[in-house]
Amino acid sequence: MLKYLVPIGLFAVLVGFLYVGLYRDKQTLPSPYIGKSAPVFELPRLDDPSRTFSNRELAGKPYLLNVWATWCGPCRLEHGALLEIARRGEVPVIGLNWNDDREQALRWLQQLGDPYVVSAFDGEGRVAVDWGVYGAPETFLVGADGTVLKKHVSVMTVDIWEQEFLPLLQKAAKP
Amino acid sequence: MKSIVAATLLVVFCFSAFAIDRAPAFEDPVQQERYERLARELRCLKCRTESIADSNVQLASDLRRQLRELMAAGKTDEEILNYMTDRYGDYVLYRPPVAPRTWLLWAAPVLLVLGGGIAAAVVISRKSKLPDTDPADPGLGPS
Repeated sequence: MLKYLVPIGLFAVLVGFLYVGLYRDKQTLPSPYIGKSAPVFELPRLDDPSRTFSNRELAGKPYLLNVWATWCGPCRLEHGALLEIARRGEVPVIGLNWNDDREQALRWLQQLGDPYVVSAFDGEGRVAVDWGVYGAPETFLVGADGTVLKKHVSVMTVDIWEQEFLPLLQKAAKP
Repeated sequence: MKSIVAATLLVVFCFSAFAIDRAPAFEDPVQQERYERLARELRCLKCRTESIADSNVQLASDLRRQLRELMAAGKTDEEILNYMTDRYGDYVLYRPPVAPRTWLLWAAPVLLVLGGGIAAAVVISRKSKLPDTDPADPGLGPS
């Protein structure tokens, strides 16, 4: 009996590993910032290089930080969802324009609409590195106390906003 | 002919060139060697199977710049690797740290060899105790 039990047991362990691996998301890397305070940045504004924007200005308020660029194809796909989230007005949407060309970025917003309260221009990608950004689009939810509540990598949708972001925001708002 | 030989020698002996960086190399060869070693320890998170030394996507070049600046600021290797893992998590390291949740990973090669060895030993010792039931080869050996 034992003769069969051992190989069957080993096989079951192997199947277990493979089964878990089947449903694991190996593309999305977890952000080490979840539950920690968001890095502070100060950058020139996309629309006006002579003025700067810092996320310190948002202290005490939750906000959404969306990393985007005109070279990023999927950013175009999520643009409609961002416009809708901005229209609902539950949180301000801040743009982090990453390693991009200023004129092209401004044209993009002109053509597709501008969901951002303000877009910060990260032309050297320094702030992106600070936030652990590895591929646009990425969307961070920062709570009123300045902690990162959630990070979503790849295309944002209204469904994801409602199901994964909004509950966190409501939970964080309760004392 | 001479020029061909010279050109070939030049190509053969340019092995240490860091071709994808536009920034100048460190003047100190020890620092340059350290820079190249650290760049190979760090994963390009955009391309996953390449280190930031091998990749020329924008993110890898940004991370190399960050690495050069941290070195120029006099940070130790440990401080530099911590700077990267604080932002990107352990996945940025090609060699994951030894921690409780990676014990299985680090122990896996030893466990697999041990398990296979034990299984082989058991099978061989059992089989060797069985009487030899092979049919005698006709026509070979003394009969």
